Amino acid sequence: MSAVLKSTSAQLVEKQNNEATRLAKFAKRKLVNRIALVLSLGAMLFGLFWLAWILWETLRLGLAGLSIAAFTQMTPPPNEVGGLANALWGSFLMVMLAACIGTPIGIMAGIYLAEYGSKSRLASVTRFVNDILLSAPSIVIGLFVYAVVVTRFKSFSGMAGVLALALIVIPVVIRTTENMLSLVPAGLREAAYALGSPKWKVILSITLRASRAGVVTGILLAVARISGETAPLLFTALSNQFWTSNLGEPMASLPVTIFKFAMSPYENWQQLAWAGVLIITVAVLGLNILARVLTRNKQ
Amino acid sequence: MGILLSLVMGAWPAIEKYGLGFLTSSTWDPVKNDYGGLVMIYGTVSTSLIALLIAVPVSFGIALFLTELSPAWLKRPLGTAIELLAAVPSIVYGMWGLLVFGPILAKYVQQPLQAAFSGVPVIGALVSGPPVGIGILSAGIILAIMIIPFIASVMRDVFEVTPPLLKESAYALGATTWEVMWKVVLPYTKAGVVGGIMLGLGRAIGETMAITFVIGNMNQLDSISLFQAANSITSALANEFAEAGEGLHQASLIYLGLVLFFITFIVLSFSKLLLSQLKKSEGTAS
Repeated sequence: MSAVLKSTSAQLVEKQNNEATRLAKFAKRKLVNRIALVLSLGAMLFGLFWLAWILWETLRLGLAGLSIAAFTQMTPPPNEVGGLANALWGSFLMVMLAACIGTPIGIMAGIYLAEYGSKSRLASVTRFVNDILLSAPSIVIGLFVYAVVVTRFKSFSGMAGVLALALIVIPVVIRTTENMLSLVPAGLREAAYALGSPKWKVILSITLRASRAGVVTGILLAVARISGETAPLLFTALSNQFWTSNLGEPMASLPVTIFKFAMSPYENWQQLAWAGVLIITVAVLGLNILARVLTRNKQ
Repeated sequence: MGILLSLVMGAWPAIEKYGLGFLTSSTWDPVKNDYGGLVMIYGTVSTSLIALLIAVPVSFGIALFLTELSPAWLKRPLGTAIELLAAVPSIVYGMWGLLVFGPILAKYVQQPLQAAFSGVPVIGALVSGPPVGIGILSAGIILAIMIIPFIASVMRDVFEVTPPLLKESAYALGATTWEVMWKVVLPYTKAGVVGGIMLGLGRAIGETMAITFVIGNMNQLDSISLFQAANSITSALANEFAEAGEGLHQASLIYLGLVLFFITFIVLSFSKLLLSQLKKSEGTAS
């Protein structure tokens, strides 16, 4: 009788002990969880902190350097008053031309990948090459254009810069066009086929139209990306102190001018560089936000 | 392919002269016309590694926050904010790093570290050198900020494809959020996470302008100090290429570009392979 009692009480003690260790373990697990979550919140704040800091400094220093002259005058020699007009014009010209060359090629290749050869061998090779091109370092693209264009014509030129930028636009547009087209439901396509329309017509007026917002987003993102690109322009378009629209000559661009001015010891050049940084940041972030708004409306 | 071919052609004089010895020689002397790529390759690799070391845990935290913790109404704006960090042009990072971040880093981080560790064997050597705020360390930190958004958004995307059933079963067994993340979601999405990290690494290796601003552009490999100014493949190209005369100098620079292309090619192919594996297993699971 007492033996039985003893054994049950021993069990009880053991059970309590178990309970205690389990609670301790649970408390520890909860603590680990708490720490991890706090760290994760910290990581989030860490990321936002840099964004806020960079934007703040850009605004503060950029506004200080910004003036009407920055938009109307040419880039100055050291220690003289001047602006960024020729660089702005050069950037605008090259980005627009690059977008005009890159967009049609990109859209057509995207259509091919999504509609015509989506499972063919050529398509998968194209996709692979496109992905590599998409994330190839932009300076390597600059090197390539240098080797192919600049050495052949023996001079740096705006055209070479345009080609380098277009090479960056194409893969971005291909990728988004293909993705957007393959999101169009097959039912839409089949309905159009059932009405007897030929394939090119289905693509042009049904699928492309349905995915218009997405494709435009891709183009906008590509333009945003090349507006900030410096590396491929360094040894293709080089830079120019004067206003030019001649694509055969070296051409100034905003990023390259910023690079040159920011690395210099001259006070006024650095100030202009900050103004340029502000202009470029506002333009690029604006394009990005616009692109996002477009896709959100679609969803 | 055309890119590869034309680069090989451009680099041919250098390849012919140095062969693979180019990769292990650390002289870079335009005056004597003698070139080797080790300094730049070391700079690229070390800055990228520092960047990964910082960026991976932070990105994991951000992805964890965005998928599990954040209230629904905050998810979208926060995600957008992190992605905007990726949209800021690299030249902005560079200028900010050189003129704003560098001096602050020098004053509040490098100098105290030097004071604390001078004389300690390995760490002392790591933190020696002039604490001026430009060099391998600051380049690595800025690279980290630049690649965080890439890694974080890939991680978030792959975390979100984890079947809710798996997570819910784990929660039902009493697992904490952290345990679900670490022991259920992470193993399930391992391939995707590594793929995302590789993608970030590819970015870091190819990044040019930000590095050119802050790395200091000095061809030296005298010490292992992280504060020492150095050079990377991309910054050497950006600085010297336009001025290099035809001939061996230029060919050597193109050779460096070729090496860079090759490294990123391998890293990216690897990441694509891992990401596509994830897609495949997704297909069979559903």
